[in-house]
Amino acid sequence: MISQFFVLSQRGDNIVFRDYRGEVQKGSAEIFFRKVKFWKEDGEGDAPPIFNVDGVNYFHVKVAGLLFAATTRVNVSPSLVLELLQRIARVVKDYLGVLNEDSLRKNFVLVYELLDEVIDFGYVQTTSTEVLKSSIFNEPIMVDAGRLPPLGPAAIFMQGSKRMPGTAVTKSVVANEPGGRKREEIFVDIIEKISVTFSSSGYILTSEIDGTIQMKSYLTGNPEIRLALNDDLSIGRSGRSIYDYNSSSGSGPVVLDDCNFHESVHLDSFDIDRTLTLIPPDGEFPVMNYRMTQEFKPPFRINALIEEAGPLKAEVIIKVFAEFASSVIANTILVQMPLPTYTTRVSFELEPGAVGNTTDYKEANKRLEWGLKKIVGGSEHTLRAKLTFSQQSHANITKEAGPVSMTFTIPMYNASRLQVKYLQIVKKLKTDNPYRWVRYVTQANSYVARL
Amino acid sequence: MAPPAQTVRSSSPSQPSGKGEVSDLKLQLRQLAGSRAPGVDDSKRELFKKVISYMTIGIDVSSLFGEMVMCSATSDIVLKKMCYLYVGNYAKVNPDLALLTINFLQRDCKDDDPMIRGLALRSLCSLRVANLVEYLVGPLESGLKDSNSYVRMVAVIGVLKLYHISASTCIDADFPATLKHLMLNDSDTQVVANCLSALQEIWSSGAATSEEASRERETLLSKPVVYYFLNRIKEFSEWAQCLLLELVAKYVPADSSEIFDIMNLLEDRLQHANGAVVLATIKVFLQLTLSMTDVHQQVYERIKAPLLTLVSSGSPEQSYAVLSHLHLLVMRAPYIFSSDYKHFYCQYNEPSYVKKLKLEMLTAVANESNTYEIVTELCEYAANVDIPIARESIRAVGKIALQQYDVNAIVDRLLQFLEMEKDYVTAEALVLVKDLLRKYPQWSHDCIAVVGNISSKNVQEPKAKAALIWMLGEYSQDMQDAPYILESLIENWEDEHSAEVRLHLLTAVMKCFFKRPPETQKALGAALAAGLADLHQDVHDRALFYYRLLQYDVTVGERVVNPPKQAVSVFADTQSSEIKDRIFDEFNSLSVVYQKPSYMFTDKEHRGPFEFSDELGNLSIGTESVDTTVPVHKVEANDKDLLLSTTEKEDTRGPINDGAYSAPSYDGSLVSLAAPQTQPEVATSNPSVKEHSQSSFAIDDLLGLGLPAAPAPAPSPPSLKLNSKAVLDPSTFQQKWRQLPISLSQEYSVSPQGVSALTTPQVLLRHMQTHSIHCIASGGQSPNFKFFFFAQKAEESSTFLVECIINTSSAKAQIKVKADDQSASQAFSSLFQSALSKFGTA
Repeated sequence: MISQFFVLSQRGDNIVFRDYRGEVQKGSAEIFFRKVKFWKEDGEGDAPPIFNVDGVNYFHVKVAGLLFAATTRVNVSPSLVLELLQRIARVVKDYLGVLNEDSLRKNFVLVYELLDEVIDFGYVQTTSTEVLKSSIFNEPIMVDAGRLPPLGPAAIFMQGSKRMPGTAVTKSVVANEPGGRKREEIFVDIIEKISVTFSSSGYILTSEIDGTIQMKSYLTGNPEIRLALNDDLSIGRSGRSIYDYNSSSGSGPVVLDDCNFHESVHLDSFDIDRTLTLIPPDGEFPVMNYRMTQEFKPPFRINALIEEAGPLKAEVIIKVFAEFASSVIANTILVQMPLPTYTTRVSFELEPGAVGNTTDYKEANKRLEWGLKKIVGGSEHTLRAKLTFSQQSHANITKEAGPVSMTFTIPMYNASRLQVKYLQIVKKLKTDNPYRWVRYVTQANSYVARL
Repeated sequence: MAPPAQTVRSSSPSQPSGKGEVSDLKLQLRQLAGSRAPGVDDSKRELFKKVISYMTIGIDVSSLFGEMVMCSATSDIVLKKMCYLYVGNYAKVNPDLALLTINFLQRDCKDDDPMIRGLALRSLCSLRVANLVEYLVGPLESGLKDSNSYVRMVAVIGVLKLYHISASTCIDADFPATLKHLMLNDSDTQVVANCLSALQEIWSSGAATSEEASRERETLLSKPVVYYFLNRIKEFSEWAQCLLLELVAKYVPADSSEIFDIMNLLEDRLQHANGAVVLATIKVFLQLTLSMTDVHQQVYERIKAPLLTLVSSGSPEQSYAVLSHLHLLVMRAPYIFSSDYKHFYCQYNEPSYVKKLKLEMLTAVANESNTYEIVTELCEYAANVDIPIARESIRAVGKIALQQYDVNAIVDRLLQFLEMEKDYVTAEALVLVKDLLRKYPQWSHDCIAVVGNISSKNVQEPKAKAALIWMLGEYSQDMQDAPYILESLIENWEDEHSAEVRLHLLTAVMKCFFKRPPETQKALGAALAAGLADLHQDVHDRALFYYRLLQYDVTVGERVVNPPKQAVSVFADTQSSEIKDRIFDEFNSLSVVYQKPSYMFTDKEHRGPFEFSDELGNLSIGTESVDTTVPVHKVEANDKDLLLSTTEKEDTRGPINDGAYSAPSYDGSLVSLAAPQTQPEVATSNPSVKEHSQSSFAIDDLLGLGLPAAPAPAPSPPSLKLNSKAVLDPSTFQQKWRQLPISLSQEYSVSPQGVSALTTPQVLLRHMQTHSIHCIASGGQSPNFKFFFFAQKAEESSTFLVECIINTSSAKAQIKVKADDQSASQAFSSLFQSALSKFGTA
């Protein structure tokens, strides 16, 4: 049970503010914002998503640069409130197509309408985009998505890849298309976030894949969908190391540690033929979340080295090897490395002929940054940096720098080898065969190489 | 709701502040009010939007109330909704004008469109004006009977709103009974869920004053109601499922087959993508299996994977909430998670609130087999750019070292930290080395060699400096330069800003003096002189005390300041097990995130559904109905052999009735644990205080430093006195019995006289009562008798619980003791034995 709900902009302005129970004072949004702001300034890092000030519990999640917040005086389930806030953000996005400060400000009356139906007197009534349709009467005012920074993992499909209809992911579930007729289509995205830690000798210390099969349906008449995954998929690592010997190089069965499913998913035949059956609700939702610690081949190998090169000087060499097929192209790559705090100057040296590379030394946080627009599978890239120090280093220089971290996005690639074998729309539709999009993308979560 | 006038921000053009805009709006609204011109609704929409946006940013637009109401005569539903929102916001500050809206709201409540009926009813109930409640009853009554579920859904919550405005109106209209009927019969699950929410709130707040309400509240937990919900749970929305699961967690099943039925039914809820559903399910599983040790452990194994999946999917905020719960479980049963330690490794991009939890978990799960890897990982974090986390990591290494696994290697690592030459690393490592030496004095040689190389000039943080000074004093015989380093520190007395450091300096120079008098005498004189002139009261007093002590007798002084020490075996835990259990009982609530029981951060009325179960036992006993025995049965509902004869009720009822009104047992602990956060502070910052706890008690007391629970070398337990009028209600007994570990389990022989006297359980009960040991339940027939006893310490509310099984044919008594204060259980056991041995002799 919550008492108030509000959305604040990055500057702390109220965009919507709804008081459901009148138990918490009006100035709560301001108290909340000050607390969040000063948490960081006091050097304590980010404010935790839940904190208590004078008996009022404040919850918040950050979505698209906005703060979705709730207050209550009651000792509620923290997961429930945070899930709810996240869900409200998703429902709003379903209706507005694009979620950002601009779209929210333009459509705040619609958002109030949603809030009225989602929560009554602090109790959740419904968060189903579909059920809400019958009680929402405002029409969304669309904002131009093109010039907006992308948000959410699915947003990467907006760039590149011409086969995708770029606007699809930013389409409102209620907005009428200019042509009048709705385009029948369904999107299934397999989004994987990978975390790998390499030791200084290049050996993999830990690795994990956190994946989501996300669906967004624009099909009329809510047909049943069947989604078939790898036949040899198994779940649960009861035998632990048993699987390890045959899994190192991309063959053998896919073994997930664990997974969970959306409410609408029926698992009746899952145990037999690894098929998920569901009637997709409107809007965007995760069909299945999964986690895998089975060994897999990381897409990039990183070699990093820092060596003293005379008094007050050192050299850094970072090599990145793309270990995936040459038909696959990774984009928006950023390699970062903290340097010794007494570093004053860095000069970079790229390979001859390197294009689309940017190099920078961020003085403020003593960090080297190397950006690459794209990396083609099978290629190798090297950066050399010469460091100048303001003082002699006494201790082991490798303890003063690193680790190297890397972020990237690789479309149409997934490290787990989990696949959607087919996507079947069971009920015959009157319209032509609807568009079905199955898309894969892999992103770095925490991709780190130690020195 | 207060008028939002206070936050009028100006300057920004998008946020007009002046009254000009508001009166402008007023004029425009007036012009439109009577107009029927085409397109008027569109203009109204624009104006209404402006009003709402002003309201949102905190400009007071309450003066437009009249105009808004005038404009609300419309069929445009978007306009209506905006108007309702406005009215709901300002009705409370404009009660007179609110009356104007009643008319059109009541009319809308009878509209043909169920959507309009629902909206109007919701707004009507949201007015929060006490003198308008009479207008609510009629529309609510018809709303609850409406054929449309949307309207019923709104009406149910409307009843709750009415209750908050005027509880008596709500009760007089008999709405709770109507809701109860709807809850058990309505076809729409959201209507049912709303009924449950409303009834829980109404009956919980009424329970304090009304017996009926408390009885009704209890029926929500009865088997038929709980099963009615359980059987339909999948039809409910995920949010309503959380509500139902919370209820089920409080249900006490009759036997273990019922427990397994419930768990099997809910098993697939653990695979839900909504973390709130999973956590609520886990709570049910944990609560149900508390008394079944093996199954309870299986539950831990079962929930591990789903929890880890939730932690790694979803937003950082969601995973933090789940991680907090995982943290709690890891702290409770670290051995179950010891092979999963890699999941608790920190990722470089995680927020520090997540990293902190993970570091604590890594510390907890460290054991013989994984310590090496964990410590290696932690050492990587020590070089982290995130300095607070680097510090935490070093502390974690130290804590692991104090847990005794593979100390050898860890000490080497700590010493390497000292060589890293980063200020904060050195500072943290010094504090740790000091703690380590207190536990493992045998390492002094290696440590001192390294510590001796550290220049005191490089150590600035007071805590680290204090640690270094303590080591200089303590090991001055092994450190060549000790007197001279101390001397140079004393020379800079004026520049030393931390009183803590100066206090340590005084003590260290004293210790050094006893060991190496000729070299230290000069420094001691200087220190005492500086101390006596110090403006800080504690420093001054300590210097004066030392001065007089030395004047009186140097050898006495040595005994006081530098007595032989025993190694500290266990450092005081920061949180009592009672607090931890209390938090565990409040699983899936904010208590877990804050790591505090709810009474520490909420007012009584806001503690949420968790208070509910605690009070339950008390309340049902308070009533003099036949039900009185029910909670007594619950004490060990699973022990089917435990039966109560009617005569025993007489015996048990006395103390229980008192118990119902005595202060809950947690209140006692509140005092001693009033500041659990500051305890670790004390423990680490005053090493010397703790160290001298036996002999320098007077000093510490004088200095008012507050003595932490002294880890004194096991003093002979003081003779235990029991409270002859001890009281404990059965539900508390039951709760404690589930939570506390067995601290003692013994077998005694029973004297032949005792055996022959034990014809019925009651005789023993009376006998034990004369020894201040009270019975809470008993049963059995010759030759096997089973008893549950309890006793309380005379001075404090520390309780002992005993399960005693007596077999008269073998003349043996088996007892299991559980105690709040486990250190006293041996003493209690002997008391119990002596009381038992006297049985039959009198």
